[in-house]
Amino acid sequence: MNQDKREIVIPSQFLGEVKNKKAGKGTFIENGKIYAEILGVLNNNSNYINVISLKGRYDPTEKDFVIGIVIEAMQSSWLVDINAAYPALLHVNEVPWDIDFGETERYLNKGDSIMAKVLQVDQEKKLQITLKDRNLYKIKGGCIFNVEPSKVPRIIGKKGSMISLLKKYTKCRIFVGQNGRIWIDGDEEGINKVIKTIEMIEDESLSYGLTNKIEELLKKDTKDVH
Amino acid sequence: MKSEIKLFENGKRLDGRMPDELRNIKIKAGVLHRAEGSCYLEWGGNKVMVAVYGPREAIPRHTQNPLRAIVTARYNMAAFSVDDRKRPGPDRRSREISKVISEALENVILVEKFPRATIDVNIEVLDAEAGTRCAGLTAAAVALVDAGIPMKDIPVSCAAGKIEDQIVLDLGKDEDNYGSADLPIAISPRTGDVLLLQMDGHLTQEEFDKAFDLALKGCHIISDLQKKAILETYQSESGGD
Repeated sequence: MNQDKREIVIPSQFLGEVKNKKAGKGTFIENGKIYAEILGVLNNNSNYINVISLKGRYDPTEKDFVIGIVIEAMQSSWLVDINAAYPALLHVNEVPWDIDFGETERYLNKGDSIMAKVLQVDQEKKLQITLKDRNLYKIKGGCIFNVEPSKVPRIIGKKGSMISLLKKYTKCRIFVGQNGRIWIDGDEEGINKVIKTIEMIEDESLSYGLTNKIEELLKKDTKDVH
Repeated sequence: MKSEIKLFENGKRLDGRMPDELRNIKIKAGVLHRAEGSCYLEWGGNKVMVAVYGPREAIPRHTQNPLRAIVTARYNMAAFSVDDRKRPGPDRRSREISKVISEALENVILVEKFPRATIDVNIEVLDAEAGTRCAGLTAAAVALVDAGIPMKDIPVSCAAGKIEDQIVLDLGKDEDNYGSADLPIAISPRTGDVLLLQMDGHLTQEEFDKAFDLALKGCHIISDLQKKAILETYQSESGGD
């Protein structure tokens, strides 16, 4: 097994000179030197130095697909928690239904979950989300599982390899929100298996060749069942 | 105050330390599950627990700053942390310490990244034995890193003082009570910037310089301990099998 570890860096750690490398995500420059600004994993890709965070809140980006939970229904909009530092606004114009003024509660109420797309992030970090896109709707049934937002790319895998693997072997419907919330629907056994696998991916997100390892494991599991 | 008890014996201090020796320090990051970041620190007889929440929207709204995050540190001493029961709740002393710690942390956190937000740092002193503000700030720094909050540096704090006309590092309880001066400082170890500097008692210019240099030296030792504690937590977590 490939046991190469990725290097963990802490804030203020010196990473390189500006003249040799370009400062990427999670870094800052001071006096021509690049330092890490967050706790994370060092990624020395080509000529960029990136630090990929290990922990922390979801940083919303436009066009991200997320899973939100309604906090409050207002006269012509909803406030939705999308696991970011700020609540997001969902306006009635951004839902596919025709809603009369003050009738918002009939469609989405406090505690309801939705799949949504981040529509806009402005300079003050005011967030707007929308339901007007393909496959976006109110969630009915299934369960929602939380992971660290920084580990979402590992759960999806390269070009969705990991997630399609999970879908193939567990026959569950899965939707991974960029904000670290994962919606899973299927039979109980399948859901448990997905959760177990995702927990494992989270724990071992730093090791290489993870997709192959997970595939082997899932294959073995299905054999045991038959 | 003149000392009624002897603070020095054969060149060694009451607890057997040398003048430039720190108390034992133990740091552990990520101890609380519901907080975004946390740290437990033992520094001699001090026991401090820090929890970090946020960044999240600042409430009430008028406290928000549209350009940057606000840092709200709350220093609190448990009623059972001192010999006589401390009356619970914020008092003049803890409000002052909360304020100076907030300001020290504000200078290293990249607050511009989170407009309108607040970062709450709750410092709970479970057991006190002189130097709790230094312990609190040192633990708060580790908890902030644990919470994944972007920072320019990991601040660190340490005190020096004067007992029986001698400058010593990291005052213990009796040394603080019967000594003649206490100088807690906090620095940003990468740049050497001073983030906090307070003084209790009297020092001459030379004594001050000497105490400051000594505290600075102590800060750098503690800084290494902080970094080791953070790496320990995360390297074991990423250990694979």
